[in-house]
Amino acid sequence: MHSFTYHRPANIKAAQALLAKAKDAKVLAGGQTLIPSLKLRLTSYDNIVDLKAIKGLDKIEVKGKNLLIGALATHSAVATSATVKKAIPALANLASMIGDPAVRNLGTIGGSIANNDPAADYPGALLALDATVITSKRKIPADKFFKGLFETALGKGEIVLQVSFPIPRKAGYAKFPNPASRFALVGVFVADNGKGARAAVTGAGEQGAFRSKELEAALKKGFKPESLAGVKVSASGLNSDIHAAADYRAHLIGVMAKRAIEAAA
Amino acid sequence: MPTVTLKVNGKKHSVDVDPRTLLVQLLREHLRLTGTHVGCDTSQCGACVVHVNGRAVKSCTMFALSAEGADVLTIEGLANGSALHPMQEAFRENHGLQCGFCTPGMIMSAVDMVKRKGNDLDEETIRHELEGNLCRCTGYHNIVKSIAAGAKAMKSGAKTGKAA
Amino acid sequence: MTSTGTGIGAAVRRKEDQRFITGEGHYTDDINREGQTYAYFLRSPHPHATIRKIDKAKAEKMPGVVAVLTGAELAADKIGNLICGWAITSKDGSPMNMGPHPALAQGKVRHVGDQVAVVIAETLNQAKDAAAEIRVDYGVLPAVADPAKARDPKSPQIHDNAPRNTIYEWSLGDAQATEAAFKNAKHVTKLKLVNNRLIPNAIEPRAAIGDYDAGTDSSTLWVTSQNPHVHRLVMAAFMGLAPENKFRVIAPDVGGAFGSKIFIYAEESVCLWAAKRLKRPVRWTGDRSESFQTDAHGRDHVTSAELALDAAGKILGLRVHTIANLGAYMSTFSSSVPTYLYATLLSGQYDIPAIYCEVDAVYTNTVPVDAYRGAGRPEACFVIERLMEISARELHMDPAELRRKNFIRKFPHQTPVIMAYDIGDYDAALRKALEIADVKGFGHRKQEASRRGKLLGLGYSTYIEACGIAPSAAVGSLGAGVGLWESAEVRVNPTGSVEILTGSHSHGQGHETTFAQLVSERLGIPIEQVSIVHGDTDKVQFGMGTYGSRSGPVGMTAIVKALDKIEAKAKKIAGHLLEAAPGDIEFKNGKFTVAGTDKSLAFGEVALAAYVGHKFPTHEIEPGLKEGSFYDPTNFTFPSGCHICEVEIDPETGKTKIARWTAVDDFGVLINPMIVEGQVHGGIAQGIGQALLEHCIYDEHAQLVTGSYMDYTMPRADDLPSFKIGITVTKCPSNPLGVKGCGEAGAIAAPVALINAVTDAIGSEDIAMPATAQTVWQAIQKTHRHRRAAE
Repeated sequence: MHSFTYHRPANIKAAQALLAKAKDAKVLAGGQTLIPSLKLRLTSYDNIVDLKAIKGLDKIEVKGKNLLIGALATHSAVATSATVKKAIPALANLASMIGDPAVRNLGTIGGSIANNDPAADYPGALLALDATVITSKRKIPADKFFKGLFETALGKGEIVLQVSFPIPRKAGYAKFPNPASRFALVGVFVADNGKGARAAVTGAGEQGAFRSKELEAALKKGFKPESLAGVKVSASGLNSDIHAAADYRAHLIGVMAKRAIEAAA
Repeated sequence: MPTVTLKVNGKKHSVDVDPRTLLVQLLREHLRLTGTHVGCDTSQCGACVVHVNGRAVKSCTMFALSAEGADVLTIEGLANGSALHPMQEAFRENHGLQCGFCTPGMIMSAVDMVKRKGNDLDEETIRHELEGNLCRCTGYHNIVKSIAAGAKAMKSGAKTGKAA
Repeated sequence: MTSTGTGIGAAVRRKEDQRFITGEGHYTDDINREGQTYAYFLRSPHPHATIRKIDKAKAEKMPGVVAVLTGAELAADKIGNLICGWAITSKDGSPMNMGPHPALAQGKVRHVGDQVAVVIAETLNQAKDAAAEIRVDYGVLPAVADPAKARDPKSPQIHDNAPRNTIYEWSLGDAQATEAAFKNAKHVTKLKLVNNRLIPNAIEPRAAIGDYDAGTDSSTLWVTSQNPHVHRLVMAAFMGLAPENKFRVIAPDVGGAFGSKIFIYAEESVCLWAAKRLKRPVRWTGDRSESFQTDAHGRDHVTSAELALDAAGKILGLRVHTIANLGAYMSTFSSSVPTYLYATLLSGQYDIPAIYCEVDAVYTNTVPVDAYRGAGRPEACFVIERLMEISARELHMDPAELRRKNFIRKFPHQTPVIMAYDIGDYDAALRKALEIADVKGFGHRKQEASRRGKLLGLGYSTYIEACGIAPSAAVGSLGAGVGLWESAEVRVNPTGSVEILTGSHSHGQGHETTFAQLVSERLGIPIEQVSIVHGDTDKVQFGMGTYGSRSGPVGMTAIVKALDKIEAKAKKIAGHLLEAAPGDIEFKNGKFTVAGTDKSLAFGEVALAAYVGHKFPTHEIEPGLKEGSFYDPTNFTFPSGCHICEVEIDPETGKTKIARWTAVDDFGVLINPMIVEGQVHGGIAQGIGQALLEHCIYDEHAQLVTGSYMDYTMPRADDLPSFKIGITVTKCPSNPLGVKGCGEAGAIAAPVALINAVTDAIGSEDIAMPATAQTVWQAIQKTHRHRRAAE
């Protein structure tokens, strides 16, 4: 790992000031992706700004028709939160499938979405649930937040503070894990928000998580597994790697979508 | 060099570290607590699992400086003096280890598992919860047995270690 | 079989566990030396390139840097190359083509990860920072990774002395007799397969600390080794790193090995050399990424095979051709693995009149390949057991029945491929396995699964292996550069406690317990009074180490032989003390008794008497009680058994779940059944790993694609079932304990049982290992397309 200066601001204001001033600075949340990349010297920064000491950023609450999850809420906090389980059980279920128990104890929702790994679980959920990312500067709808592989709409020094999820009528998630990394080889998140169905896919897209036109069109027939009978998902734009060719991924999207709907609650 | 102050196995330490120092390096190289091991560089093998503020974490994927003020429990602090923790005892009784390298991480994960999932653990739960711990020797068969037995033994009220 | 207490046959809890469960073990990386420095290796990013120039000037000036060393300094110090110690002769009589393997590259790199330079610095971060500043001018060459393409004249030549990248073209068996057998065959089963390349992945990465004492001109190396004496011998005799008499190798606690820590590697050689050069301790611990790029890999065969049968299903002959990938350099024992550890086991448990096998070993631009748990025998078992299963299906016979029809039942049995099986009862193991696996109920379970939309399949593997790797004369005649005996020394202390010094090395096998069980039973003393000393060349005189499941049959027998001598001498002393002839002294339950009397002495009393020397004529009997033995067995041992695997496949995703695993093994006499079962579990897990999950992949440019746990699938707890274990016993006739060895059986038997089950479930033989979900799903699609086309 290359050397860096470590900062541990006590509040958001101080963090923003640091990020505005410091050269080549990176925000550290749970560190479950950033630290391995630094260790392997795949990336390096002059300044690391650790948000750990900032109080209140891990809050989980329901306000009106929305579930609000603080950026520093760990995956284990989301997975076990009674509030999340009641509001959007599929989201708690998704969080319980990220990494492993020790990784879930450190990894955070804010870190996950800011990193936008194409095989991460959360991005698909944000897209399907029509969530809004609340940052230190603005509110960004999920559809505009994710910008391709490891790219987001976040500007320099902009920190994710919270994610707001409109509470759907029903939602479900099914994941077929990569056998080695256990990231999503294909993960499908489906949500019925009363106005129609949204379905998003993670792990499979060449450009990261995306909403599936084919699935959403098929689900117009109703939010039930039968609607997906015979649905053909195109392999174009999907990843091919040593673990899965694009056509296999396309097939799995159909299977996982059906299972997500079956599991939806 | 910045200083980190933390409690390890009930004992307070203040250590000057290069910011790059990982928690596991602080434990192994600065405090010479070499029971916590490093088996990979992608946070998957789990040989480095310790408890930070009562929760299992991979100490190879946390900066030492991030552990400021934390209460850390390692394998060396698990036993109560010469009385082994019931999970340690269960691993020995059920032949849950061979080369012993993954064992500290396995035991720390197992204790955390019991805290989260209770004392009655079925095989499927144990296997699922071990997703973050690799063992190359045992085929996990006897690790699963050890954890089920250790979880039951923890119920009967044997004392745990020096930190929460 | 099982006895109580702590003697042979008892499931004694392990003595070594206390330190491991409390974090008090001492692995190499746990050891620290005053004034130590850290080594970091700069490795080649290219699979094949000439090195035009290395500019290390900037790196040498970086903070904390003690030295930057390259192949030039290594050559200047006249350090010898790493070697392969087993000479294989090609069928035309020519010797194998061993290319030079310097510990730091000299003029050329031949695989990604090949070591180009080493930076030694005060801290590891400083060493890494400096390594980033070394400028290497590479002349990139085309590369080849696929063993099937290595001999193509268009492929780049990796070593000057190996045209068409060929190391040897070797054969075993009778080509003509086999040809004749095929002419008479009513049925021929054909099979093409790839035995997938694996990465051993002991969870403890390799590590080394070199130290040098200028005062005594002596060197010490702590290293993750399965055989410290072999390390010392090769490094002293062939590499010239230190004279053997001033060189101590210590292999402390070792965190798993599976073959990968047998070999002498570049990194430990460089640490030792640099420590002497710099007069500072030099330490190195591999990152997992380095393990992937440098630990000797396993398997990697491309094979075609044919089995000739008569109309009744009796085997007439077997013909096999294999291309074996040995990687970019010949590792310590690599040449023996696809030859004498492979082709000699192709007869399986069957009476096969004629076998002919050809093996072409090739260089590729990949990490060296050498012995990995099972080493050659899993590959052999896979060939014969796939052929048996496919033959049964093609002949519409029950696979168990076809096996029974061909089982060897008369022992000793001379196969056409060197091995003389001493004993076994293959029917007994099969019978027991069928029962434990409830094969009778399989049809019912298959129907039930089908109602849930799942495919159930059953696969067999009736395996044999040769282990207890020895005897010296035999391996010597086959090309081994060393003898494969084992040594032991029994030191009885005046207080009656005992130290056993053994050349075997434990890296998970539990020798501190099993060896002590043997001694405790034999001497009638509590197990706590027995200590096992191993892994230190200054303590143990010599030893060949632990691999090839040899610690039981060879290492323990050496202890038995030394104990025989102890008993003989103690009887002489007891005779004097009890005023009886030594021939009248009986030794039982820790007591020396004058036959037919109640006059007796405890073992401890005789031990003390031996050391005080007051009561016997020391000019006739030397004082003290210490004996040694070098034991060389007369034959290999032949563990065998039957594994049955039942899988359930989800046809929608192709995912395979192992529903049941039954293993019935015959390891002869068991010293500690708990430890034996643990060895079986671990072996099966690695075998399942090979068949279902693990695959080391190089791309067409010879770049390693599976370079971390993100891409290389290690078996996790939820990939595996609990195993049902059964035991049958035929006592091994070639050693006094009757033991056979159990370390590799699981890894040998398991892969083919699993593939036989998967192919049974989906009704297609066309499955390559590993049978990942995608592989199985694709095979199902293909089968359905064929079926639809046929309809």
